[in-house]
Amino acid sequence: MTSNGKAQTLFEKVWDSHIVREQSEDTPAVLYIDLHLVHEVTSPQAFAMLRERGLTVRKPQQTIGTMDHSTPTTPRDAAGIIPVADAMAAKQLDTFSKNCADFGIPMYALGDEHQGIVHVIGPEKGLTQPGMTIVCGDSHTSTHGAFGALAFGIGTSEVGHVLASQTLLQNKPKTMAITIDGKLGAGVTAKDIILAVIARIGIGGGTGHVFEYRGEAIRGLSMEGRMTVCNMSIEGGARAGMVAPDDTTFDYIHGRAHAPKGADWDDALARWRQLPTDDGAAYDKEISIRADELLPMITYGTNPGMGMPITGAVPSPAEESDYNKRIALDKALAYMELAPGQELLGKAIDVVFIGSCTNSRISDLRQAAQFIAGRKVADSVRMMVVPGSQQVKKQAESEGLHEIFRAAGAEWREAGCSMCIAMNGDQLQPGEYAVSTSNRNFEGRQGKGGRTFLASPLTAAASAVAGVVADPRPLMAAQN
Amino acid sequence: MEKLREVQGSIVAIPVNDIDTDQIIPARFLKVTDKAGLGKAAFCDWRYLDDGKSPNPEFVLNQPEYQAASVLVAGNNFGCGSSREHAPWALLGAGFKAVISTEFADIFRNNALKNGLLPVIVDHDTQQQLFSLAQEDPSTTVAIDVEEQTLSMPDGRRVDFPLDGFSKYCLLNGVDQLGYLLALEDEVSAFEAENPQRVVTTA
Repeated sequence: MTSNGKAQTLFEKVWDSHIVREQSEDTPAVLYIDLHLVHEVTSPQAFAMLRERGLTVRKPQQTIGTMDHSTPTTPRDAAGIIPVADAMAAKQLDTFSKNCADFGIPMYALGDEHQGIVHVIGPEKGLTQPGMTIVCGDSHTSTHGAFGALAFGIGTSEVGHVLASQTLLQNKPKTMAITIDGKLGAGVTAKDIILAVIARIGIGGGTGHVFEYRGEAIRGLSMEGRMTVCNMSIEGGARAGMVAPDDTTFDYIHGRAHAPKGADWDDALARWRQLPTDDGAAYDKEISIRADELLPMITYGTNPGMGMPITGAVPSPAEESDYNKRIALDKALAYMELAPGQELLGKAIDVVFIGSCTNSRISDLRQAAQFIAGRKVADSVRMMVVPGSQQVKKQAESEGLHEIFRAAGAEWREAGCSMCIAMNGDQLQPGEYAVSTSNRNFEGRQGKGGRTFLASPLTAAASAVAGVVADPRPLMAAQN
Repeated sequence: MEKLREVQGSIVAIPVNDIDTDQIIPARFLKVTDKAGLGKAAFCDWRYLDDGKSPNPEFVLNQPEYQAASVLVAGNNFGCGSSREHAPWALLGAGFKAVISTEFADIFRNNALKNGLLPVIVDHDTQQQLFSLAQEDPSTTVAIDVEEQTLSMPDGRRVDFPLDGFSKYCLLNGVDQLGYLLALEDEVSAFEAENPQRVVTTA
């Protein structure tokens, strides 16, 4: 609670402690940024602006770079190099290397043992900590909110602002509490929670808000599960999603490369324990969902809000009373070539993708591997498993997970964004159907003409084995 | 950024809700290191047939009568999805000066304003009226006044739209926001003196 006794939310505490200049009638607030993550795709024009104006990076020591979006995930050559076949991608990566070197920003290049998806490596290295402000030119920066940080995506102009000034102009967002009470059933995961939230509020439901995820089911998630939930806040329209830090958070951070050490750790812990929302603090909006009522979720349409329990049937546009929603649903079903009332269970698929900043961490891979061990990927399915970082890859290989995937007939790839964004050679062919653990099912997102069903790693693994969209729960029961 | 005091131009409508940034510009066009030439990638997957080259005659932006349009009228929640500033760069490159919708995704709206692409938020009825007008008469023009924050409809009706004061100042004067931030050097240094650095990435 603040000195004046006003009960505050987690968001308000982090916001207030980073104000350089208060919001006024004429100007937004000026917010100080603790950590700036940069990657090759949304930064080149920002660095070019710095050069044009003769500016420097104010705090290279609060900035870190990694290559992830336009990088291939194909195997290394004999010399241990990951070849970049695409000339434009190669130029973009070279430009990024030069920019980081020229401006003194530490950077993990393609193939480096610490390289990986920007939202995987921040937490992995202990750079993501409670109470911080974190930005990146990527909308899935919301991931870092799992630690009780205020983390959000920015555009390239704003990347330039942060590089030059370590601050951002921001209008204060509203708050929305999303409470998930109760316990998750077997086979129901963090991914299913967030897909259910977005299906409930719609993809614009959180516009102008910061989410705070609360309740027993959120407390019961691992940090990696919380990251999956916060990651997709933007899919509900919210730039940021947060979870109050607790012992699960502190245990995850402790001992990581950039975590505070010794007396600094004790100081940090004392600070972090003050962050959770005070009793009686008010949110602008609140919703709640019962975890025990959730089933594995899957999307059927062309935005992440078009989701349903996996046992459900595709809704009928004729039954949609809102004209705009009816048109949108019609258009989505035409693109997906699905019929109203059709069940997705049993729908033949071509590709399974396990990866992305949503679901490429070690626990995601363990979950999928455990399911797939002793089973085979259906002949008709191409299954790609793409670890989120080189460190995740190394850990998975030390546990033999790569052998499990390979033995089942899946591809084990190098780390990167891969088929989530389809700008690096990994993509669907026109007309193909994929069950994907990524975050967006927009038209063409995973390759022009490709069709995406978003789901959890467990559902993805079950579908890979079945060759059709499959509910993981009966197969899990058979395994036990 | 150039000064933007008013936008006067003909309208074209894409009456689709939730147009995401992957539709505005697909990710495969993001391998660039500058902002030039992105206009031809705007709505690329809707604009061209499966071969990626032949214009889709059904798509409104390919129809001859809409070639002069500089104001895009779109369905609800325009610009959702990724943070790519390539989206407003592509729309500007395709000749648009303003987009009208009932709601914009936060990051897209921020990005648009920083590039002089005006996001105009109107009520549902105005949006529907504009959809109809654009379809009935492709020569329909509107006038948008930044200073007054008004959209003038063809029937003379004036519709107010919200615009934060700072963005408005920047648009009217053709200045970007970085100058303002850089002028706060003393305040930023004072903040840094009081608040120890949380992490050191170079360590």
